[in-house]
Amino acid sequence: MKSFQPINRKARKMEESRIAETGDVQALQENAANAPGRIYYPLGCALSFAPGWEVDVSGGTAGLCQPVERDLFDCYLGCAWPAQVPDHVSNNPDWTDKCATATNDWRNVDVVYP
Amino acid sequence: MTAVQEYRPAEHHFFESAGGEFLYLVPSGAVFGLDGLSKEIFHLLEQQTLSREALIGTLIGRGYRLDEIESTLHDMEYYDAVVSGNPKTKFPPLPAAEFPLQRIVLNVTNQCNLACGYCYEYSDDKIAKPQDKPKYMSNEVAEAAIDTLIRESAGRPKLHVTFFGGETLLNFPMLQQSVDYANRKAGALGKRVDYSLTTNATLLTEEIVDFLAEHRVGVTVSIDGDKELHDRMRVFHNGAGSYDIIAPKIKMLLKRHRTNSIGARVTLSSQVREVRRIYNHLTQELGFQGVGFSPATANPDRLYAIGNQKMDDVVDQFEELAWDYRDYALKGGQHYFTNVSDTLKELHSGISKAYTCGAGLGLLGVGTSGDIAVCHRFVDSPVAQMGNVMKDGVDHVKRRDFLEHHHVGARPDCHTCWVRPICAGGCYHESFIHTGNTAASNLHQCDRVRSWIGTCLKIYGEISVHNPKFLERFED
Repeated sequence: MKSFQPINRKARKMEESRIAETGDVQALQENAANAPGRIYYPLGCALSFAPGWEVDVSGGTAGLCQPVERDLFDCYLGCAWPAQVPDHVSNNPDWTDKCATATNDWRNVDVVYP
Repeated sequence: MTAVQEYRPAEHHFFESAGGEFLYLVPSGAVFGLDGLSKEIFHLLEQQTLSREALIGTLIGRGYRLDEIESTLHDMEYYDAVVSGNPKTKFPPLPAAEFPLQRIVLNVTNQCNLACGYCYEYSDDKIAKPQDKPKYMSNEVAEAAIDTLIRESAGRPKLHVTFFGGETLLNFPMLQQSVDYANRKAGALGKRVDYSLTTNATLLTEEIVDFLAEHRVGVTVSIDGDKELHDRMRVFHNGAGSYDIIAPKIKMLLKRHRTNSIGARVTLSSQVREVRRIYNHLTQELGFQGVGFSPATANPDRLYAIGNQKMDDVVDQFEELAWDYRDYALKGGQHYFTNVSDTLKELHSGISKAYTCGAGLGLLGVGTSGDIAVCHRFVDSPVAQMGNVMKDGVDHVKRRDFLEHHHVGARPDCHTCWVRPICAGGCYHESFIHTGNTAASNLHQCDRVRSWIGTCLKIYGEISVHNPKFLERFED
């Protein structure tokens, strides 16, 4: 237990706001109860910033070792990140209709306006 | 030469409760528990200011690790429990211009069928001058007031209309019409209006109570205790006491009206100060489930003014009854002393007030002629006026001016007081009666307010340790 302990709602809110400002992202933590503070970043997630992935050796995006659209579709298909892509099951079933091949048609996957 | 910045405790109130130590932080209103290292840091800095090096060196000497010292010190600095350098005193900001209105108090009549000795509308301390004003508010004025409330409420979904007097029920037909009108107008805009009224209960009938219950009108009954105590001050114009008339009506009210709260409001005066006896009578004999006490607002020269010594005794009685509340709370029980529950709610939320109350901010009072005052206590008085609902509505220039001059930052007497997040200087009407200045802090009450809030903090501390679940009732 912390030595300086919030008691009333104001103190708890101040603590919450501090965690929001300075704390680590907890959403993708693997096995959070046993390993607090260890963050799991799934492959392809935009949080993972590595040369050759987000940018190429020159700092641009022309020579990426993987296509940028993989990021998008990895989030869409394989990732549990909560607010990255539209919900294609119930709310936006047609979202990818114009995108037959991700590497060619990814520009057709538009922003969804709720 | 660079001065070494020394650490010291920031503005606070330290208290002990349930075997633990706590800090009530000012101005945030946050309550933190001290334990182990934080306790050591606080008490070291209470004794003398220390540089970071000296503080850390002392704590390492007492066996603490550097990383835990730095972490706890960082916590305490982050929450403004300890400070270094010369930070400026912080105040809540001024509200946005044209702050949305939430509540109006309609003084539906300036007439009353009682002649209570201490009444601030009729006694020696009255400031209202209703002589050239209508005796009763008309439907047109009430409707214009409700229109003003709705217009000035911006995006607020929930509004409130309080009916006040004189004796409110002398103008019951207008009250009925107003409820109907407000429901229609607000309903069309998707807003909801809640209602409350204050009454002396002499005119309550089953029909009136059924209307109040149907429309969920909260009721505050002005009553001062058992027959002997009540009839000392709350009398008809011929001097006859009103207790025998109201007691059966109150029992009928409490039995028939179950849709909103029914509270008793006790006005303490020089002649009536028996807090526990009054509380017991109102809860056990009459069945109230909410009893609030307030001393009569009075110039100290008046016979009914309580005076300093007797007021200290009243606060002692308050504190005694407050400990009863604590006993009930620790067992998860219900106690009806609302002065405590209201304060605990504010302590639990950690309120930090820019203003002592909502007057002029989210609340305005409207008199029978439609004149708007900062609250019901200033209706038809020469001060704190801000427009008329029948003419141009709220005078925003005057309202803004009032808010600028009554902000806690503009009440310098409060700037070194730890209780200002809750008190913020006290009632404007009380200030005006005592000093002739609505913006002056109520210095005659400071020690008692600090004592009372100090007691409530100790009770809060005990409940937070032994029955924290009880505090959930204070969350919205």
